[in-house]
Amino acid sequence: MEPTTAAKPQFSPAAQAEIKRLLTHYPDDRRKSALLPVLHIAQAEFGGWVSPEVQDLVAEVLDLKPIEVYEVSTFYTMFNLKPVGKHVIEICRTGPCMLRGSDELTAQLERLTGAKVGGNSPDGNFTLKEVECLAACGFAPVVQVREQYYESLDTPEAVDAMLRELRGMVHRPILPWEENGLPTSLQNN
Amino acid sequence: MGRKLLTEHVNVEGIETFKVYRQHGGYRAVEKALKMMPEEVVEEVKKSGLRGRGGAGFPTGMKWSFLAKPEGVPRYLVCNADESEPGTFKDRYLMSKLPHLLIEGMIAGSYALGARTSYIYIRGELLYVLRILEKAIAEAYANGFLGENIQGSGYSLDLHVHPGGGAYICGEETALLESLEGKRGNPRNKPPFPAVQGLYARPTVVNNVESIAAVVPILNLGGDEYAKIGVGKSTGTKLFSACGHLNKPGIYELELGVPVEEFIYSDEYCGGIWKGRELKAVVAGGSSVPILPKELILKTAAGENRLMTYESLSDGGFVTGTMLGSGGFIAMDETTCIVKNTWNFSRFYHHESCGQCSPCREGTGWLEKVLHRLEHGHGSMHDIDLIVSVAKQIEGNTICPLGEAAAWPVAAAVRHFRDEFEWHVTHPKEATAPGAAYRGNLVLA
Amino acid sequence: MAKITFDGIEVEVPDGTTILNAARQIGGSVVPPAMCYYTPLKGSGGKCRACLVKVAAGSAKDPRPMPKLVASCITPVQDGMVVENTTNQQVLDVRKGIVEMLLINHPLDCPVCDQAGECDLQNFAFEHGVSTTRYEEERRTFEKIDIGPYIQLHMTRCILCYRCVYTANQVTDNRVHGVLGRGDAAEIGTYIENSLDNDFIGNVIDVCPVGALTDKTWRFKSRVWFTKPVNAHRDCSHEKCSGKVTLWYKGKDVLRVTARKDEYGEVKEWICNECRFERKETADWILEGPAHIDRSSVISANHYELPVLNAQIIADLPESTVRELEQNPPLKLGGFNG
Repeated sequence: MEPTTAAKPQFSPAAQAEIKRLLTHYPDDRRKSALLPVLHIAQAEFGGWVSPEVQDLVAEVLDLKPIEVYEVSTFYTMFNLKPVGKHVIEICRTGPCMLRGSDELTAQLERLTGAKVGGNSPDGNFTLKEVECLAACGFAPVVQVREQYYESLDTPEAVDAMLRELRGMVHRPILPWEENGLPTSLQNN
Repeated sequence: MGRKLLTEHVNVEGIETFKVYRQHGGYRAVEKALKMMPEEVVEEVKKSGLRGRGGAGFPTGMKWSFLAKPEGVPRYLVCNADESEPGTFKDRYLMSKLPHLLIEGMIAGSYALGARTSYIYIRGELLYVLRILEKAIAEAYANGFLGENIQGSGYSLDLHVHPGGGAYICGEETALLESLEGKRGNPRNKPPFPAVQGLYARPTVVNNVESIAAVVPILNLGGDEYAKIGVGKSTGTKLFSACGHLNKPGIYELELGVPVEEFIYSDEYCGGIWKGRELKAVVAGGSSVPILPKELILKTAAGENRLMTYESLSDGGFVTGTMLGSGGFIAMDETTCIVKNTWNFSRFYHHESCGQCSPCREGTGWLEKVLHRLEHGHGSMHDIDLIVSVAKQIEGNTICPLGEAAAWPVAAAVRHFRDEFEWHVTHPKEATAPGAAYRGNLVLA
Repeated sequence: MAKITFDGIEVEVPDGTTILNAARQIGGSVVPPAMCYYTPLKGSGGKCRACLVKVAAGSAKDPRPMPKLVASCITPVQDGMVVENTTNQQVLDVRKGIVEMLLINHPLDCPVCDQAGECDLQNFAFEHGVSTTRYEEERRTFEKIDIGPYIQLHMTRCILCYRCVYTANQVTDNRVHGVLGRGDAAEIGTYIENSLDNDFIGNVIDVCPVGALTDKTWRFKSRVWFTKPVNAHRDCSHEKCSGKVTLWYKGKDVLRVTARKDEYGEVKEWICNECRFERKETADWILEGPAHIDRSSVISANHYELPVLNAQIIADLPESTVRELEQNPPLKLGGFNG
């Protein structure tokens, strides 16, 4: 057994297999190309955010300098750099959603979850985040929670139904690369 | 009802699977292409008159013919699925409903360009669509349409999907390539252009999802037949993303040339303005194109019916016209506050500026702050001229087109709705009241 | 070779030369300003837009003008190209706008900034800007941070030229700082607290066009125009160090050591931290002579000619003061005709 002092994060075997698969997508001398997909995996694996330690792990896996990961994780808005609640609700605030009530939706979500935009709810269940256009303008207003879109949230009932569904999720959803175990191509490696 | 070339089978049960897609004529275009010389495929696309569906409207066939082909150097086809121009949601729809259509287009396009590895760069928010595409790609491999020696033709291709991480700027093709290389999405200085030095400094073509999908009907019909659809240089069909205050927002595939008025009011399309209200203004091609008031979007300055074509929408230049852009069609009813909407768009471009070059980095923030002041009743008449001036200082002086995208909406809003901006200055109390909207003299009376 | 016409002046340069470097061959006042481009740093340029010029004719083969202004620092010349810089009003107007953009979030703290007197932004604003601002909003600010024992980062002053990042990448072994965040919230930083610790990291101070990265061993010691630059060299044991420096004297004291800059402020030969920070005795160096300072620079002001005291004022001064000035002149007495 390893001593359990500074608990260095480690990817699960399923995630490691997924990273290995991703690396086959790019030329051998271009491992850095896998940075964004690996950051997504890291965020899903380690509680919905990427701590400096997790980012250092990503750097190690891809043979990068840590600063190369920090430069990227701080550029793209999907990576949470602070601890988040169990469900991160990303509310679209851009024009087409605003025209159909995203301001009211945001106010409603703040009231119902107890979280403020940019922060977490006291019960740790929710983080509210305002984002720009989610490319769902015809079904506005819209929010995204993890990989799921919730569209046409223009009635209190629709918002209630979404929150009920989220509150009912007891377990972490199974990540896509965990679904079927290891891909057959990697099982013997 | 016009012909539907892309979405004809969109409502067929199971069309997202290889089997059903194939039963409905899927992958015929690939089979046809593989029997042609690659240059002949390029020629068909040229003949079709297809113009880039991402926003710029550059002829796709011509873009393909610019690709450098040095001996022994790999080249790439990269699909731009970073759809994030506000008002635009057609690519998400197309990819999630008809993943095999995009894959088929990618195979035919890659063959035409001589690419052996191709990528679909999809915005990170659409991870669920990435899963759909990956599943479909696996099916295509299993059925011999990807991988080694496709359908015994001797041609081999690997196709991968790559997620972004949340950055509108990655829709700019060189920022997209940087991002695909695992870097910050900073657009590159041009030249060199991607056709010479793109992904991994190798010759690369970057095309929008819809452009690549359109290659399938072009090959099935033949370029000449495709070019017969539409009006003038606006050939074929195009997906429009209708949103805002419409009765029936959604995706519509139109033969280019439908009158704007028919598109908005006909029950076949958007079904008119919601809640029985009046139309006030339209942003016709995604948030970056100039906004037009009702009278100018329905008819040109010369009084002719405006059509859903590249030429008709841009009739009158930026003085009285706009652009077809990405086809993101945002309608606004009479209660809409143009100042608020302009501020909202400005905030978007400020948020999405990569920060690399100074006019955009500093100018987009400046625009947002002054517009915020105007919208909240703290602006002055001088501020209205200031935003026009700042927009002009950004436009044309930046590394990439985000500068123009940020400047145009502001300049156009003041151009056509100056009285509403002035009303915010002269009547701050009324303008900042909840639900306030300027209705010309009605409010002032 | 390619022959181009720049502001009406013909110049012949090797193929592949950028417009900016062609203009530098001509020299003098026609040369466009450059705030981010830095010849020795690969990949630099194109960002600040200070050097935008008008290409009135693309080449002899295709004499059409280019539709937009182009960044002269990264655009290669073509044979027969016609370029307009100081002769084109649009270029001058746009440049004025670039000054304004670079200044809206820059603190105008030149009186307390160590870079004052040798600041590219100060010079750029003086030559191309206007004296008023239209910016009424709050300026972006950051806390000052020490990144290692020798260097202070004052991000508030940064104009995001990326030069220091390229330097760390290309001159040092291990880059630990970079550009974080994006848009106008982008900043130079290390993300987690980290010091810039590398034998050649001191060079980031010299490449910084503003006072964002400053030498802590020189901080607030003097103003640059009170010091006298002298070129010197030593046999440095660092393999990659040129050992060629400029010593900045005040009286007999060496207040700071920098690498040598050419007339465009560019360092062509890098120096190590030891030469820069640890060798501040004249005995450490073999002196070569005064460093050339352009006459228009404020640095030359105190050195080569004493400022002249207006003759009218002398008449009103007490007799003892006038005598004192004659014997020990910090100021030169002006004649009645002078």
